[in-house]
Amino acid sequence: MSRDVKAEISDEIAQNKIVLYMKGTPEMPRCGFSAASADLLNQMGVPYLGINVLEDEEKWVAIREYSDWPTIPQLYVDGQFIGGCDIMREMFAKGDLQTSIQKAFEDVDTDAG
Amino acid sequence: MIEPEEIRRRIQESMPDAEIDVSDLTGTMDHYRVEVVSKAFDGLPPVQRHRKVYGLFSDVIGGPLHALSLETRAPGE
Repeated sequence: MSRDVKAEISDEIAQNKIVLYMKGTPEMPRCGFSAASADLLNQMGVPYLGINVLEDEEKWVAIREYSDWPTIPQLYVDGQFIGGCDIMREMFAKGDLQTSIQKAFEDVDTDAG
Repeated sequence: MIEPEEIRRRIQESMPDAEIDVSDLTGTMDHYRVEVVSKAFDGLPPVQRHRKVYGLFSDVIGGPLHALSLETRAPGE
């Protein structure tokens, strides 16, 4: 059976509030932009799933088509594509990134309650 | 590799009013930081602004152009 990589991506972003597609891992990023993005999420102290595209060539190709976005890293919050490193920095500086992430986790509480 | 002039040219062609600042981050002509100020960004969220610029480089990004870091602003921002 052939692999449905886009379905895997859909599952990843549906099942995790925050997903960062990156080069390397959150512990050992392999690119400056991926490192900076992971660092922002670490600063916020929120749990996230880091997906290392360097270990999965098929996913690397698929994620670019999935989001129609040509570069890595890519951040998804609550199933929505947010952007790459520059957008994360820009939103973080304005406080918008913190707001959307906070909102994503509040939604969980609402669902549970 | 892609020449900084080529980066500037493509953006200027698509957004004639744009103020463009291109810097080569690594000195190797494949990692660039580009600041663009244009009316074309007015009212657009960041993702759409970046898509607008990335779209001009779809044939080279991930190939000769490894990284394109963007700062996009509308005039007055």
